[in-house]
Amino acid sequence: MGAFCLLVAGVGLVGACAPPVAKSPDVAPPPPALPWLPSGDPAPAATSPGSPPAGASPAVALVGGTLMTGTGGEIADATVTFQDGRIVAVGPRADVAVPQGAQVIDVRGRFVTPGLIDAHSHMGVYPVPEAAAHADGNEATRPVTANVRAAESFWPQDPALSHALAAGVTTLLVLPGSANLIGGQGVTVKNRPGRSVEEMRFVGAPATLKMACGENPKRVYGERNSAPSTRMGNVAGYREAFRDAQEYGAKFRDWQARHVSWQRKRRAPREDEQPAPIMPDRDAGLETLLGALEGRVLLEIHCYRADEMLAMLALADEFGLSVRAFHHAVEAYKIRDVLAARGVAVATWADWWGFKLEAYDTVRENLALLSEAGVRGVLHSDSAALVQRLNQEAAKSYGAGVRAGIPIERGTALSWITSNAAWALGVEGQTGSLEPGKMADVVVWSGDPFSVYSRVDRVFIDGWDAYDREGAGRRPSDFELGQGAEGARREGERSPAPVVPAPASGAAPAATTASPPAAQPPAAQPPASQSPAAGSPAPSPAPAPPSPPAPVAPQAGGALP
Amino acid sequence: MRRREFMSQLSSAALFGASTLTLAPSARAQQPVRVWTDATIWTGDGEVISGGMLVVTGERISAVGKPGPIPPDAQVTNVSGSLITPGWVATETPLGLVEVELESSTVDAHPRRAERSDAIRAGQAAVDGYNPQSTLLAVARRGGVTSAVSTPDSGLISGTSAWADLLERFPSTPVVREDVALHANISELPDATRPLGFSRLRDALQSARLYSRSPDAYDRGQTRDLELSVADLDRLSRLFGGGLPLVVRVTRGADILRVLSLAKGYALRLILSGVEEGWTVAQQIAAARVPVIVDPTRNLPATFSALRARRENAALLSAAGVNVIFSPFDAYAAHNLRQLAGNAVAVGMAPKAALRALSLEPATAFGMAQNYGLLAPGKVASFSVWNGDPFELGSWATEVVVRGTSTSLRTRQDLLFERYRDLSRVPRGRAG
Repeated sequence: MGAFCLLVAGVGLVGACAPPVAKSPDVAPPPPALPWLPSGDPAPAATSPGSPPAGASPAVALVGGTLMTGTGGEIADATVTFQDGRIVAVGPRADVAVPQGAQVIDVRGRFVTPGLIDAHSHMGVYPVPEAAAHADGNEATRPVTANVRAAESFWPQDPALSHALAAGVTTLLVLPGSANLIGGQGVTVKNRPGRSVEEMRFVGAPATLKMACGENPKRVYGERNSAPSTRMGNVAGYREAFRDAQEYGAKFRDWQARHVSWQRKRRAPREDEQPAPIMPDRDAGLETLLGALEGRVLLEIHCYRADEMLAMLALADEFGLSVRAFHHAVEAYKIRDVLAARGVAVATWADWWGFKLEAYDTVRENLALLSEAGVRGVLHSDSAALVQRLNQEAAKSYGAGVRAGIPIERGTALSWITSNAAWALGVEGQTGSLEPGKMADVVVWSGDPFSVYSRVDRVFIDGWDAYDREGAGRRPSDFELGQGAEGARREGERSPAPVVPAPASGAAPAATTASPPAAQPPAAQPPASQSPAAGSPAPSPAPAPPSPPAPVAPQAGGALP
Repeated sequence: MRRREFMSQLSSAALFGASTLTLAPSARAQQPVRVWTDATIWTGDGEVISGGMLVVTGERISAVGKPGPIPPDAQVTNVSGSLITPGWVATETPLGLVEVELESSTVDAHPRRAERSDAIRAGQAAVDGYNPQSTLLAVARRGGVTSAVSTPDSGLISGTSAWADLLERFPSTPVVREDVALHANISELPDATRPLGFSRLRDALQSARLYSRSPDAYDRGQTRDLELSVADLDRLSRLFGGGLPLVVRVTRGADILRVLSLAKGYALRLILSGVEEGWTVAQQIAAARVPVIVDPTRNLPATFSALRARRENAALLSAAGVNVIFSPFDAYAAHNLRQLAGNAVAVGMAPKAALRALSLEPATAFGMAQNYGLLAPGKVASFSVWNGDPFELGSWATEVVVRGTSTSLRTRQDLLFERYRDLSRVPRGRAG
């Protein structure tokens, strides 16, 4: 009972642990504890045998790079240091002390950002290669499956995970699919290799619940001639589910009250002593929904159309729910005033559109307009391919905003894939920015992360070396071994053919590539160093070829891995 | 020049005539002349002209190069600091054949009701479904796409594609050539094993060859029973003798070799598409002189046929001497062709080859290079003016010219943006 009590401590409702019989006759006996844990299994480190060795990562200093903090700031010639899983210091190189014995990595000419966060992933639950045996993302057997958890479908050997890591993605919200009105709990993971989801789980991340509006649920069930087959059927389905959850909570509160009065009666022992009130039957799904009603479980709602998002907000008001983020949300720009006032985040794409009618009204300026209006914008992938180019997609959305004359900063664009994404997952206090005390989730880029030519050179997760393009390269999953995984190693290598002329050495970071701002003059001249091949014109039209990463120089006694 | 190629170019010229692209000398005097000056010009084959001038007369380019005399009455645009490239060509997407993918009434790229995945639909032609008013076209055009090989999909044989210029005005004659290529799929047909797929493909080719040797005998009923319709046989028979190219979607390295072998046996003009494992057989593809259509960002083992997919696929194929064409394989993403090029360059593809992959190579592979693919005198004037490196994510096209006419870059999406730019002007239903 003791351990159980520790676990339920902190439950907001009426949960408390106490011996079944109170000693003092003057004090009302406490009600029995509610039997469910806070949804989502916070999985304290002590109970998770594989939890990461976050506490002991070595001291590392990334020196001389251009830092983009993830919260808007950009610092040239900066240093970031981290140790024991946490960022220690961030600032101009002159202001940041490199700890003695730290491994020093020269990142001059390169960019440093927080680890990227994908707020909408199905990796692990819809892994590659596409296989019937692995299609574990939609429990599409009934429209409300609040009882299922993506964690319990997650296949940690999904080869796509390491590709995302090699693209700088350190944290993922893995969600059930959108076949169901209420698809089940998501799971937030750190993108380090693990043997199970528990070894990858983002310890302390709040529970999340995936819901879906619009075409998908009504198509999936409508085609089976069962409910829902319409949008009104969709909303009726959410309403019934949350009413059931309210009743479920009431039933347990009633049980607690009856239990209290039963204990009171027990103080005066009588001959006809009644048995204790029996606890109501438990329901895992309703407990998750109750968690949402009580604000312990974050609602992540797949919803495209403006009017449907407003309908979901009305439903939220009906039940006192709070929506954490709308996902996909291609029409969010139409209601950005409401979304800003309600504090709802929006996770969307740069330019995916049109494949279904609810995705027809996309504008490329969606994220820029949302940011301008004060909405937390998030650029998500929903795709094992796109997750490898979150930086490029953010650059496109940024460029669209600049083109349209929307005042917007580069740092804001980076927040779409870092700090704002962290907020959508409820882990903004832990990661998503380069600030002292945050998890040491850090990416080193070969150049401006918003250039198409830049590559991820290094990734650190919780301070540990997770990816080194010039070093060990991408670690293929177990599945890939013996069937082309050697190609995976090659992906970590440089160009197969050295066709790009070397740029002038020591190029300043800002000059490495054309950066998105409109003010940037087009860099259309081919480098003068290009010599036309025999009889053929100048070979390279690319104005600013990607610059190879600056040499990584060990300093201060730090041995490089 | 082989006779067939010569013939196909002749027929292309005839089509141009029909669409008034080639004007009679008497009309030439009235043709408008536009000049773009002070531009950096990427001609499409690697040549870079700084401070260059581009002269367009009517629908054709009349001069490209260093500044020269400007024709009288010409409309001159100084685009200092800008960059001009040939228009991109979108291949292997159903542009013009699909509006909303999940609304079957708007889809003409494949059957609206499920049929066998190894169906043969050689007789079906994209030109019969091409919708020049699709909203997707303007979105693609805004991204620098000026022509599309509008392509049906699915089935063992999907049908024939059409070459369309992404003209804005309607009515017009956007389809420059009907029946540009015949399209087939061999990897991963849900209803057919590889042996069955190849068997049905060979059977179709045999039947078509029999038919083509004597269509009259077929009409008189003197041929053995052929399973395919006359329309199917007729289209298939045009594959022979260097006629229509056959575009085969294929993924696995071993399957690529089988397709190369099949095409060699029938002396087909082959184009490989998809080709995710192409780099594993790059030498064989190069030796067969077969162009490939790839998405250079496909690096995942997305299926069991693509376990060896890797990001450097396009770069390695190009380095092996294969002519590479880029496609996103998605009509809604045609505007991202330039992003694909940038990604290919980032992992080592020669920028010159990446540029060719967007215009000259598709024009060449689909038999349209006489008129398309380069900024050169005599070519169709389809090109874009960019405010920076077109492969970069923060650059955009400031002008897109299709067949000599500057097009509007205001898509349906832009109109939505303009409507919602100022929310205070958006109606809110009842007052208050």
